[in-house]
Amino acid sequence: MSLSFDRIKEKLNILADAAKYDVSCSSSGSVRKNNSDGLGDSSGMGICHSYTEDGRCVSLLKILLTNHCIFDCAYCVTRKSNDLQRAAFKIQEVVDLTINFYRRNYIEGLFLSSGIFKSPDYTMERLVMVAKKLRLVENFNGYIHLKSIPGASDELMREAGLYADRLSVNIEVPTISGLKLLAPDKKHEDFTKPMLKVKNEIIQYKSEKKIIKSTPKYAPAGQSTQMIVGATGESDKDIMYSATHYYKNYNMKRVYYSGYVPVAEDSRLPAIGTQVPMLRENRLYQTDWLLRFYGFGVQEILNNDHPNLDMDVDPKLGWALRNMQYFPVDINKADKSVLARIPGLGMKSVHKIISARRYRKLNWEHLKKIGVALNRAKYFIICDSNSWEHKDIEGTKIKGLILQNSVGKFRKEYSNQLQLFS
Amino acid sequence: MNATKTFIYDGSFNGFLTAIFVAFDEKTRVADIQKNTASQSGLFSETESIFTQMDKAQRVWNGIDKKSHTAIKDIYFAFLSETKGVEMLLYSYIRKMFTTTTSISSDYSDGTVLKISQLARSVGREKHRMEAFVRFQLTKDDICFSNIEPDFDVIPLITKHFRSRYADQQWLIYDVKRKYGIFYDLNQVEIITLDLDTAYTNSLNKSVHFGEEEYNYQDLWNNYFKSTNIKSRINLKLHKQHVPKRYWKYLSEKKAV
Ligand code: SF4
Repeated sequence: MSLSFDRIKEKLNILADAAKYDVSCSSSGSVRKNNSDGLGDSSGMGICHSYTEDGRCVSLLKILLTNHCIFDCAYCVTRKSNDLQRAAFKIQEVVDLTINFYRRNYIEGLFLSSGIFKSPDYTMERLVMVAKKLRLVENFNGYIHLKSIPGASDELMREAGLYADRLSVNIEVPTISGLKLLAPDKKHEDFTKPMLKVKNEIIQYKSEKKIIKSTPKYAPAGQSTQMIVGATGESDKDIMYSATHYYKNYNMKRVYYSGYVPVAEDSRLPAIGTQVPMLRENRLYQTDWLLRFYGFGVQEILNNDHPNLDMDVDPKLGWALRNMQYFPVDINKADKSVLARIPGLGMKSVHKIISARRYRKLNWEHLKKIGVALNRAKYFIICDSNSWEHKDIEGTKIKGLILQNSVGKFRKEYSNQLQLFS
Repeated sequence: MNATKTFIYDGSFNGFLTAIFVAFDEKTRVADIQKNTASQSGLFSETESIFTQMDKAQRVWNGIDKKSHTAIKDIYFAFLSETKGVEMLLYSYIRKMFTTTTSISSDYSDGTVLKISQLARSVGREKHRMEAFVRFQLTKDDICFSNIEPDFDVIPLITKHFRSRYADQQWLIYDVKRKYGIFYDLNQVEIITLDLDTAYTNSLNKSVHFGEEEYNYQDLWNNYFKSTNIKSRINLKLHKQHVPKRYWKYLSEKKAV
């Protein structure tokens, strides 16, 4: 008993360690209700059960089934040529760990990925078996995210989606030329083919459900992908245009951006010890946010004249400073979509403003109470007051003033990778 | 001039709502509404004891709920914050609700409304955190047991969550500070009062109530938590912001192994 426990502990250390660089997991967005007597329930809202010391949310048991791999992708710790300890879980071991962690309220579910052993299909089949056992034998309704193995067959992808809440294939390298360079064993279509299959299955599921109510759920939380940032020389424009492409053409729920953590001595890659580009990663998430929730088009923020995001200001402020002709905006009159573009205003503040201005005209005091970051916003708005900060100063001047008046605050934002603007 | 009155109630939410009912019904000038455990009579007001009456409480609840669903939720959450003086704040909020025709629950430019919604938000945040940070330990007689020690009285708010999540196991969540808990026996959730002499924290000392397997899993989780950390990205400040230190003693991943 205690012997096998020690062995499991060792495996867990190895296989959690190898999985930690994958950021493309969150537990939100699924709707799997507990059918009265089973275990678990995932009804939409993701719960972070803990946070690592680097500040990332821990909501899922995130492990590899194995870190044996027949491939040799340069950016990956698990690559064939890397000299490290290898291990593999048995299917039942993963099931037991998941159930026991879930019962203790440590996790929302499982995120299972794997190195490729033998072949993509052989590996994918094993991942599917874990999910199937959890659902059918353990009556488990918690969250399951399976990583699709690039190159896996359509049939397996179809089965995977019947048991998993979310599927993902990591693109890892945002440009095709970069992929050729760093992952010579992989073809671009190895990634896109499973994505396409999942997308089509989801579409089919949706149309069938309209006719037959009992159609089994297919990947209810959709699919996601991850791109590594800063491993090859791509621009922010390359990354975000690629992300937009995947959102549009593959109905991605989320694209994740992961600052490259050097794990290999390789002339094609940044040297070990090179700083992880956390600020850049943060700026990409902010941009992603603007595209998905704030009504921005990608070409407004990134284009040939402006291929990279500003590092000193967030992308919304950057856009505003380059487009002063749209400002100032009257807080008491402007539409929601216009309010959303004001630096210093998050969507929450936008909604509060729209609610509150039904009662009275809002002035600076009101805005401050509502939680608008006035140190930024004040240059871009007018409200029910005679004093007005804008006074026709130009963008560059405003930028200087904002940076000067909020040094401390902005510095903080630099270091907090996951903090989005409010 | 009418004398003002201080209402003394039993500390329950229904007791508070009853007090509101009485205040409206008798058109009382309310000086204060206080819990019987913490009452302090004012110099210039008489006191009146309020006896909780479910039908009266229900009428107030329905009345508010009919006006605004957000408001009733905010009121209940803010009440559970147990903030000193919250009763009077709620009273003035409710009075305002019934004297204006428009819904006030989203008028954030009003001081009282803003304060109530902020309190409600803090309580909501802790509710959410408790749903995340409860750590069950499996006792030898097969009950998943957890100690919590929240700032606010959130047990009434988390019952449903755990009921729907853990339908096939017995569990008990116990509030160390308020000395009561909820117990699910595979059929229903009951409120129980207990006086436990030990708080079962994540200490390294093993307790006789839990089996070896329980400690094995705690150990695995603790290990998992460590190996999932990326050293080159460490950010302890952010970590503490997400997992406030006051919760650490109940988190098995925070055990020093
Ligand atoms: S195939 Fe996957 S696991 Fe194997 S080296 Fe490439 S990225 Fe790593």
